[in-house]
Amino acid sequence: MKVSLLYFARFRQCLGVDEEIIDAAAGSTVADIIDSLAARGGIWQELFAGDTSVMAAINEQMASLGSAVQDGDTLALFPPVTGG
Amino acid sequence: MDTALLDTLITQVPLDVQTASDWLHAEAGASGAVVMFSGLVRGEQGEVDTLTLEHYAGMSDRVLEQLAADVASRWPLQRVLAWHRVGSMSVGEVIVLVGVTAAHRQEAFLAASCLMDMLKTRVPLWKKVNGPQGEQWVEARDKDLQAAQRWL
Repeated sequence: MKVSLLYFARFRQCLGVDEEIIDAAAGSTVADIIDSLAARGGIWQELFAGDTSVMAAINEQMASLGSAVQDGDTLALFPPVTGG
Repeated sequence: MDTALLDTLITQVPLDVQTASDWLHAEAGASGAVVMFSGLVRGEQGEVDTLTLEHYAGMSDRVLEQLAADVASRWPLQRVLAWHRVGSMSVGEVIVLVGVTAAHRQEAFLAASCLMDMLKTRVPLWKKVNGPQGEQWVEARDKDLQAAQRWL
């Protein structure tokens, strides 16, 4: 299935990418997709491997690591928010 | 209870404290209490020249509006205002304005405090400081998460 990924703030800047479309296995969760990004190695591993703090939103709704991602969804990944 | 009026905004334009204050004071008589909070860019003894706020456009507006509505459903409020600036701003400029009006001060203080705590931990906004040492993304603080937890 196709999933659009968005990266914000430190992630966007470190990766040098703000969006991409990936192929993910049907039934993937947010955690599965984060793991697949970490497997790219290098900076991807640094940002997304292990217990690093990653927040996620699916179609602009906050999601948890266990949330299921559907074909055509937009998954945004970002560091903990720091507004206010 | 009548539904509270909500005014939420995320903008690159400098926030006008007077306009916000005027809106909050427009129903003097019905509301006995107005509480307004302004968050400003701190200079940190010369360590900060400018602050840049990035946001997830679309989602940030919706989350802010939802938080204002949540607070309005929790306390008897007449008006709820939540404005947040994005983009680049200088030391001393207003980053955020939160205000509520209520019949009495207790619920106004509580609601404003709750809205601010939730805003800091829920709205997809990120700060980057720019100063003599270069630029750096601000890290989220446990203290802010704990402050938000007490309202759940």
